[in-house]
Amino acid sequence: MKISFVINNKKVSLDVEPSMRLLDVIRNELHLTGTKEGCGEGECGACTVLINEEPVNSCLYPAINAANKNIMTIEGFRETNEYRVIADAFADRGGSQCGFCTPGMILVTYSLLKKNPHPSEEEIRFALSGNLCRCTGYQAIVDAVKVAAVKGIKL
Amino acid sequence: MKMKKFDTSVKKVDNEEKMSGRAIFTGDIQMDDAYFAIQVRSEKAHAKLKGIYVPKLPKDYYFISAKDIVKENVVNIIASDWPVFADKKVNYIGEAIGLIVGPDKGMCMYLASLVKGEYEELEPVFEMKNSYVHKEFTKGDVSKFKSAKKVFSEEFTTGYQEQVYLEPQAMLMYIQNDQIVVKASMQCPFYIHKAIMRTLGCKEKDVRVIQPAVGGAFGGKEHYPSLMAAQLATAIVKIKKPIKMFFDRKEDITYTTKRHPSKTEISAYVDAKNNIIGVKIHVGIDGGAYVGCSMVVLSRALIAATNTYTFENVSVSGDAYCTNKVPSAAFRGFGSPQSIFAFELFINHLADYLKVDRMELRMKYLVKQGDITSTSGLFRDPIILKELVDKAMEMSDYKHKVKLYSKEKSYRGIGLSMFLHGCGFTGSGESDLIKAQLRIKKDKNDIVTFYTSQVDFGQGNRTTLKRIVVDTLGIPEDHVIYDAPDTNETLSTGPTAASRTIIIVGGLAAKAAQHLKSIWKDGEEQEIVEPYVGPAYIKWDEATMQGDAYPGYAWGVNIVEVSVDPVTYEVNVEGCWSTYDVGHAIDERIIMGQADGGLAQALGWAYLEKEVAENGMFKQRTMSDYAIPTSMDLPVLETEVLDNPFKYGAFGAKGAGELTFVGGAPAFALALEQAIGKKVHDIPATPEYIMELMNHEN
Repeated sequence: MKISFVINNKKVSLDVEPSMRLLDVIRNELHLTGTKEGCGEGECGACTVLINEEPVNSCLYPAINAANKNIMTIEGFRETNEYRVIADAFADRGGSQCGFCTPGMILVTYSLLKKNPHPSEEEIRFALSGNLCRCTGYQAIVDAVKVAAVKGIKL
Repeated sequence: MKMKKFDTSVKKVDNEEKMSGRAIFTGDIQMDDAYFAIQVRSEKAHAKLKGIYVPKLPKDYYFISAKDIVKENVVNIIASDWPVFADKKVNYIGEAIGLIVGPDKGMCMYLASLVKGEYEELEPVFEMKNSYVHKEFTKGDVSKFKSAKKVFSEEFTTGYQEQVYLEPQAMLMYIQNDQIVVKASMQCPFYIHKAIMRTLGCKEKDVRVIQPAVGGAFGGKEHYPSLMAAQLATAIVKIKKPIKMFFDRKEDITYTTKRHPSKTEISAYVDAKNNIIGVKIHVGIDGGAYVGCSMVVLSRALIAATNTYTFENVSVSGDAYCTNKVPSAAFRGFGSPQSIFAFELFINHLADYLKVDRMELRMKYLVKQGDITSTSGLFRDPIILKELVDKAMEMSDYKHKVKLYSKEKSYRGIGLSMFLHGCGFTGSGESDLIKAQLRIKKDKNDIVTFYTSQVDFGQGNRTTLKRIVVDTLGIPEDHVIYDAPDTNETLSTGPTAASRTIIIVGGLAAKAAQHLKSIWKDGEEQEIVEPYVGPAYIKWDEATMQGDAYPGYAWGVNIVEVSVDPVTYEVNVEGCWSTYDVGHAIDERIIMGQADGGLAQALGWAYLEKEVAENGMFKQRTMSDYAIPTSMDLPVLETEVLDNPFKYGAFGAKGAGELTFVGGAPAFALALEQAIGKKVHDIPATPEYIMELMNHEN
């Protein structure tokens, strides 16, 4: 069936099978490969995108449910000032190693700071807990979120 | 080598591409005409393969099996016993009996499900009883064990561990300019290169391996990609179409290599005055169906078996056992975490048995510079382990807490582990087997390009190796080009393994850069191939396992604090403090990344990550069943690096990648012991295990 949605501030219309996952549409149809597949069952968060500003595992999200919604992937988010602040904070603290979880981590960080500009350590760890990282032990990512929170005030 | 102090961290060269989603991983490469390959796998753990039923395949679909092997049906790993495709016999559930290759993935999966092996079942073996590799060595005079007045013996076990790199195994292969080109999630481009050459019987120039971005590896992409490459190469010479093989997470967890489960038995022989006459250790590891690299994993486990302690008389032996399960292979630490876990707990338990203070006994036998290693080599370099211990104790308030938590029913505990890690390949392997060669060139505009076969799968070595060359030459960063390996351009500087990248290849890069600097002529094209020359003192006899096992050692201390819920038996890690001697840390932020990540992974192994095989099949096959630590499972990790420059490493650096994994499990287990007042012998220490311990007499 044909659906329309806004992705990265652009309106798209395309045909989707009822069984298609949003992740497949993003990666295979729209060729936006910054969104990754790590597990395919909603455990790892590498496929995180923002739907109406909320982080969602796109591997569990039926593409047809995206109709008329506003989707943001890393390709759209990287054009924003908020991205620059968060990416610089990740660079500063060493929050990205292999990089496979990083786009998802950055989107989740944005979503957290938008709702809660001054999160506590516990709130940060809770917000990140749906996104797995095997490289950093999370310390550098948690620290990066804190740095971004401080810098974010100046935005 | 001239020591140079680096006191700042530089921006990682791959930061921006990874954060922005621009980094191209294997699965991100657009190649719409590529066929898909699906492994058809054995459903039996041990059986004669009498034949294979293949349905009539639609046009453009192929079944590739042992019958299609061009030259040799063997995957080029250290041992040559793992076939590319099972032929006449299957030895584990999941062993590939063939591939279905074709244009539509769904159709390939459907066809693969119709292919059936015709089996005559054989008795499978799942226990560690049939040894296929045995090693042993002694130090001093083990006949003195007989004079002991007391003998104390214990047994320890550790479980499987899955690497769970965030990017599953992925490989793309195509033909271009008469070459087979491979892009894959990998650790060792030249391992893949050799594996294809061997199975096809082709020449070096017929194969090209290019490394895309790699989403984590931890040892899991050291050997398994060689199997995938040999299979796809067999298919591509027949089909002549681009082919991709991407594993989903379930396939990856269920059918790829993992950390060896282990069983370690240790006895201490003690005289009437509580002096330890010597220790006897046997380490058994479960190698799975094929040896692969298990003999080297076993070597490392045995060499490290007395950990950071020196005893006059030592008997060490070990076996790798053949079982009808997925072969075990490389994983950060490579055997030593298993034996060191056992020995760290053992020496504490021994102190209790002898009724002496735990720390006092450990300090009495602590290794010092000039001591003889268990393989009768020499600890040549300064050892600052005592300083590492003092610093970690101070950071964690250890002495106070260890007293405080010793009260009954505090359900809180703190544990301290000490550990070492030999850097680089065992013995003279670097000079005799690896023979790294580093190519560096400069063009007429004085732009320098250098090449290594080291893969950056997150560790940060692309940044550090480039920095070594930039700083040695003393030219601006943008005058040096250092790209990911491409075997058409790169000579082999060896695999990305064994914590060798900075200590060995870093040293070689500095030497090559110095060499170029010494002959530098402005505006001229110049090129050098710099060979690795190991320190002359390294003498090692692999057959007898005698001599200097490693060019150098890195050291560490972990302190872990836990609390235990006496109702649910759940453990909470409350704090972690670590100190390391990695020589001189070239880039502290990168070292901190290794420190945090290694410890997190070790804690996962210690109490969260449970992988059990039943009748040869893993029970945990998804990331829901196999739980790795989340951000909620870990506390703030505090780490300090103490400076102790190593004279043969680049700018004083030693290895750091694996070291940070080694001490987490014993520190955790010692903390748990204090919290529950029982002795721990097995990991993972799941709530079920803790419940059993707490409800039974020790």
